[in-house]
Amino acid sequence: MTFSLFIQSLINGLNQGAIYALIALGYTMVYGIIRMINFAHGDFIMIGSYTLFYTIPLMINAGMPPWLSVFLAIVICAGTGVVVEVVAYKPVRKAGAMSALITALAMSLFLENLAMVLFGAKPRNVQKIFDLPSVRVFGTSLPMNVVLTIGIGIFMMAALQLFIKKTRMGKAMRAVPQDRDASILAGINVNKVITVTFAIGSGLAAVAALMYCAKYPRVTNDMGSMMGLKAFIAAVLGGIGVIPGAMLGGILVGLIEIFVKLFAPGWYEAITYAILIIILLVKPSGILGKNAGEKV
Amino acid sequence: MERRVKISYVINFLGVLGVFLLFVLLFESRIFGAATQYIKGICTTACYTIIMVASLNLVVGCMGEFSLGHAGFVSVGAYASAIVSGALTGKGLPDLALFLIALLAGGIAAGITGVLVGIPALRLRGDYLAIVTVAFAEIIRVCFCNFSITGGGKTMSGILKLSDFYWCYWIMAACVAVMYLYIRSRFGRTVMAIREDYIAASASGINVTYYKVLTFTVAAFFAGVGGGIYAHYMTAMIPTNFNFMYSAELLSEVIIGGIGSLTGSIIGAAFLSSLPEMMRQFSQYRMLAYSVVLIIVMIFKPGGIFGNWEFSLVRILHRAKKKGHEKAEGGVQPWKQLERKSRY
Amino acid sequence: MEAAGKKEPILKVQNLGIQFGGLKAVDSFNMEIGESELVGLIGPNGAGKTTVFNLITGVYKPTEGSFYLNGQRMNGKKTHQIVDSGIARTFQNIRLFKKMSVIDNVKTAMESKLSYGLFHAVFRTPVYWKEEKALTERAEELLKIVHLSGMEDYEAGNLPYGQQRRLEIARALATDMKLLLLDEPAAGMNPTETEELLEIIHFIRNEFKISVLLIEHDMSLVMKICERILVLDFGTTIAIGTPEEIANDTRVIEAYLGKEDEEVEADAKSE
Repeated sequence: MTFSLFIQSLINGLNQGAIYALIALGYTMVYGIIRMINFAHGDFIMIGSYTLFYTIPLMINAGMPPWLSVFLAIVICAGTGVVVEVVAYKPVRKAGAMSALITALAMSLFLENLAMVLFGAKPRNVQKIFDLPSVRVFGTSLPMNVVLTIGIGIFMMAALQLFIKKTRMGKAMRAVPQDRDASILAGINVNKVITVTFAIGSGLAAVAALMYCAKYPRVTNDMGSMMGLKAFIAAVLGGIGVIPGAMLGGILVGLIEIFVKLFAPGWYEAITYAILIIILLVKPSGILGKNAGEKV
Repeated sequence: MERRVKISYVINFLGVLGVFLLFVLLFESRIFGAATQYIKGICTTACYTIIMVASLNLVVGCMGEFSLGHAGFVSVGAYASAIVSGALTGKGLPDLALFLIALLAGGIAAGITGVLVGIPALRLRGDYLAIVTVAFAEIIRVCFCNFSITGGGKTMSGILKLSDFYWCYWIMAACVAVMYLYIRSRFGRTVMAIREDYIAASASGINVTYYKVLTFTVAAFFAGVGGGIYAHYMTAMIPTNFNFMYSAELLSEVIIGGIGSLTGSIIGAAFLSSLPEMMRQFSQYRMLAYSVVLIIVMIFKPGGIFGNWEFSLVRILHRAKKKGHEKAEGGVQPWKQLERKSRY
Repeated sequence: MEAAGKKEPILKVQNLGIQFGGLKAVDSFNMEIGESELVGLIGPNGAGKTTVFNLITGVYKPTEGSFYLNGQRMNGKKTHQIVDSGIARTFQNIRLFKKMSVIDNVKTAMESKLSYGLFHAVFRTPVYWKEEKALTERAEELLKIVHLSGMEDYEAGNLPYGQQRRLEIARALATDMKLLLLDEPAAGMNPTETEELLEIIHFIRNEFKISVLLIEHDMSLVMKICERILVLDFGTTIAIGTPEEIANDTRVIEAYLGKEDEEVEADAKSE
């Protein structure tokens, strides 16, 4: 393998990984606080992408930079997240983990098929969002897109960490998964905390959608599920519930995928899934996670 | 006690035979005219879907665990049986024998896969188990995309159309009967105990891992048989037929029908598999409707429409007989109002 | 104090201990239980009594020491293997198979006694019927011992509390164990029920020649039924002896009621 191929793959891997990381942030946040895998999270990326598809041309016509449409996407995604939570997840919360999981699955199917009915099965292409130059590095070209994606990822991660550690809502968000009943007794409005968590998580999906569409402009109604699963793998690898873990996991999964693709192009997906299985069997709390036992 | 149960088996068999004869009457009398072959096809679809959904219910209802990768076992059964029937064709075997051997091969291949997947996967529970089953199913799909014998990612076609409805009906009945007998034996009892409380089960001397893997394998076996029928009905297939979407569809059917109710699985699968055909013009709304129904069921009746209620021909006959006796006894004693569970 | 009699003790625990992070829940625990002995394990809340149970049933893996059942080392064995070797237990918080019938709860514990396989189950051979019938008869016998006859087909979760506790004992008995661990079997029982429990424990000890190790807070039950008592505090044994000896042991009194000096000091300060 030549050096330039190595660097090129490294860049591709980092780019892919940063996108996974952004998606994984949403998963890890929701799981860390509500202890629920939101199967539908990947589909919020899809919602964000469709929103961008429709609003970017409007932005361009209005003479504004296309990436500003992400703010609208954030609002729409966050709003949808809250609606989904209130309508479908809340009634099922007390019924147990299995019910929650199935409801999330059903919601994912619902959103995907609703999108298909509303927007049709034909893939759409989002217009070019960033017109950034490429820089020559180590003999290959490094698109500034990649740097931007990674930068946004780190920024989001840092912002979330600050929010969780310093604000009152953040403290509440840390208390709820530790002991829900105690949180209620301490005066925390658990329902509000959960709603806010979903809003933030889904809003993050919109940002991830922005960076995803910058690299892969193709938008379909089922883009969410497989990508969501891979990002979930990233979150678990890094440590589900641990925010820096999403970043770490995302980058790792991205790099592994790209490099395996070089050597065994037909099998690279299987490797990603194999990683998930191994991690869950060996260290389910992930690289940065902590173990919790069960009381008998 | 034993005699009573054996009589109930005979009654149930007669019931199944009765339904079969009804179908024969409907089809042979040409009452559907030109659509007869088409409707027979729908019924065959219902047969293999019933087997797949009932087998998944063994895992979800009986064992209380999630499998979102059931389509993986179906695909192993489908491909294995197709390869076997392709290899044995032209050797002078009668069609029925060929079909049964192929299905058995499919089931065994899927069962072996079930053991291989079950041993690592069943160490996990809940959310994590669900995700791991998806991962395994995807790995299986990637494998089939890379093997040339299964078409190398493209359609594998030319499979013999061996799935005749009359055979499939009895195969389906046999499979469901075996699953029912499995549940109503030491195996089902033990697995249900594990579902209720695995720590207590362990403390009662039960090897939890062994029973979980066993039940998982049995479920995989029947999924494979269902897959075999699928392959020999569709005569062509591609690995993406057996993707996560299909697993999700099977799981929805289990849940909507009723977690732990074989009756629910039968009716749910029969109804939901024939629905797309009957609603041909609404096909794009099918999965949308599924998901809405699923959400509604989860909110209002989390155990599924039938819960874990089982239809029992014997119980109906029994109730009719009891009503006569009750009038003579003069009412039911209050203590007896606690629900009594029936024995096998 | 050694176990009475010259025979090899059923259970021998040597320096058993477990550490959770920085906390040593059980420390250098020693115990010997002989055949047909009735031993009590008492101590204040949080002393580590249930942890000892969890250690010798394989739920927790000890971080130090070992324990032997009939001379065989049991460290690291899985729970079901230990149960097969002859220890059975009940749980502090009652862990019944709530949605299953009473008799099925007992039958599941006899699982390892059955030998019929998939073939016999599916084809309902005479082997199947014979074994299931024997199973049912034995289960009914055990239910009779714990005074639950007639309740066989009711859902276990619907039973009143006291009956649920007795069902747990029947289930444990079904494993044919040589040592029965009872974790607070009288919790929540009224005096009549406790008396009934006493009779049942005496009966099963005499009838089946099994040893019983009992965790209990109800001192009247402990004093009446136990031949020997171990007192645990902060994960370690502070006293062993007969009920009379224990009742008069100052260390035991301190553990339950607090040091006399501290009490006096506190009184002095508050004046």
